[in-house]
Amino acid sequence: MIAEIGHYALVLAFALALAQSVLPMIGAQRGIRPWMAFARPAAFAQLAFVGLAFLMLVACFVRSDFSVAIVYEHSHSLQPLIYKIAATWGNHEGSLLLWVLILAIFGALVALFGENLPPRLKARALSVQGMIGFAFLAFMLFTSSPFERLNPAPLEGQELNPLLQDPGLAMHPPMLYLGYVGFSMTFSFAVAALIEGRVDAAWARWVRPWTLLAWTTLTAGIFLGAHWAYYELGWGGWWSWDPVENASFMPWLVGTALLHCETVVEKRDALKVWTILLSIVAFGFSLIGTFLVRSGIITSVHAFAQDPARGLFILAIFAVALGGSFTLFAWRAPQLQPGGLFAPISREGALVLNNLLLGVGAGTVLIGTLYPLALSVITGGTVSVGAPWYASTFVPLMMPMVLLMAIGPLLGWKRGDLPGALQRLAVAGLLALVAAGLVYRQETGGSVLAPLGIALGVWLFLGTLMEWIERVKLFRAAPRENWNRARHLPRAAYGMTLAHLGLAVAIVGMTASSAWKVESVQVMKPGDSITIGDFAYRFDGVAPAQGPNYIAERATFTVTRDGKPYTLLYPERRQYEVQEQPTTEAAIQSSIRGDIYAVIGDHAGPQSWTVRIYHQPLVPWIWVGGLLMALGGLTSLSDRRYRIGVPNRLPVVQATGA
Amino acid sequence: MTLRRALYALPVILIGLFAYLAWLGLAPDRDPSALPSALVGKPVPQFSLPPLDAAADKLSSADVTGHVTVLNFFASWCLPCKAEHPLLFSLGQDYGVPVYGIAFKDRPEDTAAYIKEMGSPYKKIGLDVDGRVSIDFGLTGVPETFILDKNGVVRYRLSQPLDEDTIQSDIAPLLQSLQQ
Repeated sequence: MIAEIGHYALVLAFALALAQSVLPMIGAQRGIRPWMAFARPAAFAQLAFVGLAFLMLVACFVRSDFSVAIVYEHSHSLQPLIYKIAATWGNHEGSLLLWVLILAIFGALVALFGENLPPRLKARALSVQGMIGFAFLAFMLFTSSPFERLNPAPLEGQELNPLLQDPGLAMHPPMLYLGYVGFSMTFSFAVAALIEGRVDAAWARWVRPWTLLAWTTLTAGIFLGAHWAYYELGWGGWWSWDPVENASFMPWLVGTALLHCETVVEKRDALKVWTILLSIVAFGFSLIGTFLVRSGIITSVHAFAQDPARGLFILAIFAVALGGSFTLFAWRAPQLQPGGLFAPISREGALVLNNLLLGVGAGTVLIGTLYPLALSVITGGTVSVGAPWYASTFVPLMMPMVLLMAIGPLLGWKRGDLPGALQRLAVAGLLALVAAGLVYRQETGGSVLAPLGIALGVWLFLGTLMEWIERVKLFRAAPRENWNRARHLPRAAYGMTLAHLGLAVAIVGMTASSAWKVESVQVMKPGDSITIGDFAYRFDGVAPAQGPNYIAERATFTVTRDGKPYTLLYPERRQYEVQEQPTTEAAIQSSIRGDIYAVIGDHAGPQSWTVRIYHQPLVPWIWVGGLLMALGGLTSLSDRRYRIGVPNRLPVVQATGA
Repeated sequence: MTLRRALYALPVILIGLFAYLAWLGLAPDRDPSALPSALVGKPVPQFSLPPLDAAADKLSSADVTGHVTVLNFFASWCLPCKAEHPLLFSLGQDYGVPVYGIAFKDRPEDTAAYIKEMGSPYKKIGLDVDGRVSIDFGLTGVPETFILDKNGVVRYRLSQPLDEDTIQSDIAPLLQSLQQ
């Protein structure tokens, strides 16, 4: 019965989405107010029905109702409750429902907080949002219904994939989807603006909170995913340029570019066409990601089961959404009034360069992701594009970007003073060079990129601090004035400072962990010891351990540092009872200097095991950096100007053709 | 002006290209997880394995050169191997090729019990208890089947269980052309 209620709610949501996509759009075109106003209750009802369906599916999982096909396939009665709940979105159908739920949440939020939006723009944006909902609900109902029943009902389920039985599953997908789907909101606003033929500062201010929210959650989602891969997969890395990782990274790059050029539209009424283009592309990349994961067109650790019918369906959604919006773009964008002018060396100029670098960066990732597919389709050959490709294309593009990140905020709008900015960054530059020199001296045979990466991190960190110091006039005014200035800086300014500092910290962590990772693999017997750097690891042996739905071999390592006791590590090798798939649980001890990371592998003989020990310098810095970036996004989101109404201080710019 | 117009239309064109590529990629007969074997076209790796029957000779790479052969990797603990087992008999009988078996990471007594129960389609069986030889073949799992030509060059690899369709469409024509 529960499953039927859920299914029925989805059908209602589907019908409602159709009405939401058609009525407000026609209403806005013809000026029929009640039709336009229909968008608001429709968006709320949409959330109510999809939310109900989602709760029903969670209920099926919690009650272990194995007559529902996906519960049977992805759950087990012995699974801990949290993994029964998380299993709801640990599969294709359920995660699609989560996707649609988040879409409905965003729609309802716009309806709720969009009091001060012009009614036409709001009606059109919600209508476009309704179309996206309609397409995905259709996809779910016709190809991937989460509520399919099995008859007769099996007595026991097949259990969730053990790799997914981890707190990471509870957090990573919802965060990531908030980000992906969040860009649907900027997409809807962009399409609505193209239909209106009007993009102005006010538009940028309405869209910006949604971009910020999407960017923040996507940032958090990507870092959570990297962290999960790092501790769960047990191969000692945090990023592998897997097609599906790239699929989340590309919208992030474009979203970051979008976030920055929206400020130009807001402050200077320039770069409008470019902003619209990026809004569409950011969501386009989200859709490409959805397509790559769910169509079975590529193989990846993330891919769901293959089904060409599903692939064609998503491809159709993708083609209609992007083909349609880009056609609209080709037709309407040339009619948008160009806005304010600016000199090449200016804040705007720096942001344009930032956009170009991020855009080309996203392009290189896209080529790396699609090249193997293109080759296999056209010539039938197989090739894999890995880290070396990205190290020689993407990384060199990001280096000038980071260099610029410290300079840009110090340039004025319209016309900037580059020599002045560089003068103020002299200390940062000097210290960065010193850091590079120190690293170069210390390093023994590592990568040449390492001193460069560390120097860039130091440069960005100090340069960002310098910008804040300038703003509060630290050392140049009385402490009281410093305090007053610091207090009255807009939160958006603090958001930028935090996010840029976060990236600096993360860059240092990424550079150090890529350049100086130490890996030691050997066969060990109980009592054996190995020494890596200052640390000695004694293998004390392996004992059986019992979990709720697995049995494990738990190894004990006594770690000493310079002869003094440091810590104990307990890596595990688990065998899940139903899935019979072994998983490794790495044991990690973090400190500010880095992680020590132990993994126990196969039996290599009687009473001996393959043991891998890694030293991962500065890896925790990556997570701290990611956290700072997400915090920066949140801080910016709390800025006063998004909470109060939008002052209509700039003259409205009309498209010539509309 | 027309050039500028064309520039605005560029995204639509790119999307069209991507959609076409993706559409080709979704063709139902395309298997994204298919791996071309590095061994196809290369001579069979050198090996010498202890026999199942202690009285018999070793199974070595010399056995599988000089005539067209089928080499099948199996294990007693592998259910799909059981499923393809009858087809191995018909390969040997209908096409007149000797079928050799290599037991992968299997205890000899288990292999013996398996063969006793199921019958042996194999001319000879080698035991790869520690899986070393299987590594040289790039084995991804069991069952896997290799077809070698008269010169001992690997001509075909199937990294999944045999089935009637594959035998009719791929293996039978290949065996016939190789035996001529």
